[in-house]
Amino acid sequence: MSDLIPIIVAKYNYWLYIVLMMIGLYAMIAKNNLIKKLVGMNIFQTSIILFYVSMGCKRGGAGIPIIQHGPDAGHHVIDLANYVNPLPHVLMLTAIVVSVSTFGVAVALAIRIYQRYKTLEEDEILARLRSK
Amino acid sequence: MKTAGLIIVILAGAILLYATQDFPPWGAPDSPASTHVSPRYLQKSMEETAVPNVVTSVLADYRGFDTMFETSVIFCAGIGCFALLRIFRKKPEDRYYRHIATEITLHIKGGRIPEKSSEFERIDALWTPYDLIIKTVCRILVPFIQLFALYVIAHGHHSPGGGFQGGVILGASMILIAISYNMRTAIARISEKTDNLLMATGVFIYAGIGTLCLILGANFLDYSGLSTILFSGPIMARSHGIFGVEIGVGITVMAVMISIYNNLASEGKQDEGL
Amino acid sequence: MNDHYPALLIISPLLLAFIVSAMAWIRKGLCYPLAVVGSGLSAWFSVQLFATVLQKGTVDYRLGGWEAPWGIGYHVDTLNGMVLMVVSVLAFINLVATRKTVAAEFPEKEGAFYTLYLLFIVGLVGMTVTGDLFNLYVLLEVASLTSYSLIALGGGRAPLASLNYLYMGTIGGCFYLLGVGYLYIMTGSLNMADVASLLPAIYSSSAVWVAFTFCLVGVGVKMAFFPLHVWLPNAYSFAPSAVGSLIAPLMTKVMVYVMIRLMISVFSIDFTFSILKIGDPMVWLSTLAIVMGATLALAQKNLKRMFCYIIVSEIGYMVGGAWLGNASGMTGAMLHILNDALMTISLFLAAGNIYYRINGLEIAQLQGLFHRMPVTMACFVATGLSIIGVPPTCGFFSKWYLITGALEAGQYGFVGALLFSSLVNVILFFRVIEVSYYGDMQHAHGHGSPSEARAEAPAIMLVPLLILSAGLVVIGIYTGTIVNTVIDPVIPAALAR
Repeated sequence: MSDLIPIIVAKYNYWLYIVLMMIGLYAMIAKNNLIKKLVGMNIFQTSIILFYVSMGCKRGGAGIPIIQHGPDAGHHVIDLANYVNPLPHVLMLTAIVVSVSTFGVAVALAIRIYQRYKTLEEDEILARLRSK
Repeated sequence: MKTAGLIIVILAGAILLYATQDFPPWGAPDSPASTHVSPRYLQKSMEETAVPNVVTSVLADYRGFDTMFETSVIFCAGIGCFALLRIFRKKPEDRYYRHIATEITLHIKGGRIPEKSSEFERIDALWTPYDLIIKTVCRILVPFIQLFALYVIAHGHHSPGGGFQGGVILGASMILIAISYNMRTAIARISEKTDNLLMATGVFIYAGIGTLCLILGANFLDYSGLSTILFSGPIMARSHGIFGVEIGVGITVMAVMISIYNNLASEGKQDEGL
Repeated sequence: MNDHYPALLIISPLLLAFIVSAMAWIRKGLCYPLAVVGSGLSAWFSVQLFATVLQKGTVDYRLGGWEAPWGIGYHVDTLNGMVLMVVSVLAFINLVATRKTVAAEFPEKEGAFYTLYLLFIVGLVGMTVTGDLFNLYVLLEVASLTSYSLIALGGGRAPLASLNYLYMGTIGGCFYLLGVGYLYIMTGSLNMADVASLLPAIYSSSAVWVAFTFCLVGVGVKMAFFPLHVWLPNAYSFAPSAVGSLIAPLMTKVMVYVMIRLMISVFSIDFTFSILKIGDPMVWLSTLAIVMGATLALAQKNLKRMFCYIIVSEIGYMVGGAWLGNASGMTGAMLHILNDALMTISLFLAAGNIYYRINGLEIAQLQGLFHRMPVTMACFVATGLSIIGVPPTCGFFSKWYLITGALEAGQYGFVGALLFSSLVNVILFFRVIEVSYYGDMQHAHGHGSPSEARAEAPAIMLVPLLILSAGLVVIGIYTGTIVNTVIDPVIPAALAR
């Protein structure tokens, strides 16, 4: 049991994101309401964003990646341990924008569907399609 | 579908969980992610781009090409919502007017719509009570929000911020007007045409700066090529290039946010909504 | 200028997309000409780039001037160059050929349509040319987001089909992103070549195979590989005809290319075949894809839906070929990217022409079409022959390579599936041909109804179709040259043993 604790401490946040991801994915696959699926999609995408951001973390007092600099900008040694890894943050800025854009288009589609079928429940829409 | 979904989800989750055993411990400073590519950004950002905020320099310069497409993605979303929802055909519709002095509401069904008059004001079909406090507070707040947004865009080199964040705040300030007054008031300030032109202008500035670099003989998006027209060294040229790009991003993000909001909230009529 | 082809290829449609979208508010008439300029420039630069690659070998381009693992690099080899050329040229041809249907279908939103069209080209071209894993994701989303909107423009059931596509596509995109995340956490790099050089040290790690699996599933969703294909038939058949003939041939093929790229240049052949050992299951899945695609195609009454299921089975050809684990199979898969793109676009353009005239694509409606639209139907037959695999059309040659590869690998099930699907294609196309050739003799006999009058599609829609049909034969004849100059250089040595 005592062996497990270091493993859990070292990895638990990745596990949490994976659990979040599973919740989102399940909602996307199994939910009947199109908007609930959309919410699931957002959870899914957010869990990936959290996953990436936590990759960039450095233990031991690393702060935000903005270089502290004096007037002689750029000519002194930079201690890497003081700054978290900036790359995942940059990547996730992109992923956030992508998820917002996808969300916007999806809501637009949902409005179009609602205008036509007057419902957002998938089974009701399918029943309506079949009855025609 | 539910059991199948559950099986798929558990399978995917189990595989992902299983693979975490080979990950370096969370937050280890010696993990490959923190030692292979990223140290260069931290160490050289000041030297090479004169931008202390490393996220900004990576975003707009080292991986500026990604960011250009990121802006294009949001532009796609704006155009997509417009293309999907916007309805141009106008059919005679119900409109509601309020007599300002007496607060009597008139409902005009598809008939002749009265000319603008100072005695009547138009209200939305989903009637919301007239609220002086909300309107006044929002009217006072909006300039400050916009000022802050400009600060966020302009100060992205030195503090957290940049085009995306500032653009969203700018867009939010206009959306706040649309919510606290009504959509017509917001559209009277930034018309649909202006908004769509701004949307294209912003990304065009980004891609245009990149192309300008190419015309001046450097690679695409290599801002150091701009040094000849900016009368500065290649490093400061990079810094200025990043700034120009951020402005473009800010304009597009603002315009797209407004456009998406207007189209979604009014179901494409750009007339009444929320 | 010559050095900048890889960048110009992408920025010309990108810049023009923004100009088109602004022009929609200033002067509508200019939208279409500007879109043609953007797409045409892209096609021209891709041809130039391909010629450069053929003469001088691989081209690398550093965006922003930063060297590879830190900045984003482009990497163009011969296969890459060919796919780029196919994508941008076919998109250009489609743009020209579908002018009239677009003007008829969305008179008010032409500007938005052409903006999305150009951005879609940007997405596909960028995905093909990029050498960076994350850049690929961003461009994948550009292409996907534009395709969701374009498909939903179809009206009717299209928004529902598009929303389902969006959900599936987002799952695919996120899986790919997760895979890239796992790779990044293990290697610390996002550049394909750099990752490939770092991976051999950690091949034994479970995170690497998980990363590969997730990338593969993500790409598989986007290319509609068999169990993940459910979004495709609805999305493509309810799309407006100009969109169907753009997205159906290109999107799936580019995704197949991306899969091959991941297999060959990120995870090496050694890893994908010797260490992971998923070659056989993938081939079995492909076999299933081919059989199911063909069978479901038989059940369709609508021409476009039938084509959609044919696409599903063609995806099975390519994926199966790539996973056979030998040079012939890989050659067949690569060649089939080119051939299938051509065949699918001809099919969809022919369908678009038919729809333009008779406003429907139910097979029963096609009666007497040979008399009304002889040229379109002739092209349709030529394409059908190519899909069936009749020499000297190009479809025969890629199938030949695939069957040779399958025999070498001892995958007799795959051979059987290929033959079965050819047989089904014979039935499918001859059924259509029968209806459209003999159909009206029984019904409209002696009535001299107006439907018998010749009503061929306008020349602007016919000429591109004719060019493409001729291309099917020309490419078939030059298959040997293509294989020698384009495909052989990129087949990894590990496969050729």
